[in-house]
Amino acid sequence: MFKLGEKSFHSRLLLGTALYPSPQIMMDAIQASGTQIVTVSLRRQAPQQAGGQKFWDLIRSLKVEVLPNTAGCHSVQEAVTTAQMARDLFETNWVKLEVIGDEYNLQPDPFGLVEAARTLVQQGFEVFPYCTDDLVVCQRLLGVGCRILMPWGSPIGTGLGILNLYQARVLRERLENVPLILDAGVGKPSHAAQAMELGYDGVLLNTAVAQSQDPVAMARAFAMAIDAGRVAHQAGLIPARDLAKPSTPVTGTPFWHQKA
Amino acid sequence: MNITLNGAPLQTEIQDLARFLNSLFSETRVAVAINGSFVPRAQFEHTQIHEGDELEVLSPMQGG
Repeated sequence: MFKLGEKSFHSRLLLGTALYPSPQIMMDAIQASGTQIVTVSLRRQAPQQAGGQKFWDLIRSLKVEVLPNTAGCHSVQEAVTTAQMARDLFETNWVKLEVIGDEYNLQPDPFGLVEAARTLVQQGFEVFPYCTDDLVVCQRLLGVGCRILMPWGSPIGTGLGILNLYQARVLRERLENVPLILDAGVGKPSHAAQAMELGYDGVLLNTAVAQSQDPVAMARAFAMAIDAGRVAHQAGLIPARDLAKPSTPVTGTPFWHQKA
Repeated sequence: MNITLNGAPLQTEIQDLARFLNSLFSETRVAVAINGSFVPRAQFEHTQIHEGDELEVLSPMQGG
């Protein structure tokens, strides 16, 4: 079981709800993935239209946990206000906290993120901070009361996977008991499996499923990869080595292999 | 009374926030901020809109 805050889950895949070809394909992909947690967001509502409500009714029908984000926020004040509005709208104290520091690569602003996280934790939020893979930033986030961390593998939507494998490993080794969810940059199921093999607790992704040619099949592929990576981590991976080592026993090697 | 609703100018004579929301957003569940400050749902009936206020009215949408 996978514990986040006070709740437990079977699935270690967290799936976004954006960018699907249609609402029906989104619904089918979510169900095929087996995810129990989906991310959602907020937007300006046009008067006399029900667009937001239709989407919310669909999500509620799935009986999954929702994790609202503060996407698009560039300041602490914007992020805090958006989180408060999300709590009111979605009736959850969970928030995926995004404070963007650079428009070019959507890199999180570590300083604003820590400040916003401190404020929101004090207000009773379970903050899931979308952060860089910097160890000290992660430690600061824990210091202000975050209980879960969501470091990026690479910038949002790039599909590049884990760019800094060393740093990803360091986070896992140094923050042994903190739930770590790889968030952003995942492009292939093998990227997700790699994170799980490293001992990450879960993977959050969206574009890689939603923008694939067959989102429903890709959702299944990610679910399998995440399971495979998790089982592999638990089974204990062999250490990599530079030199060859025979896997076939050498005892009883036939005569033609023996030196004179 | 001139206000700004989601970045666009709007004229309204309704001062009571709950009534204002009911007149324009009866179709969907919304969350509200006025002048950058969050207004809890429980406060809708006790909140007045004033000349020049900037309202943000948000609803659920897809997100990653």
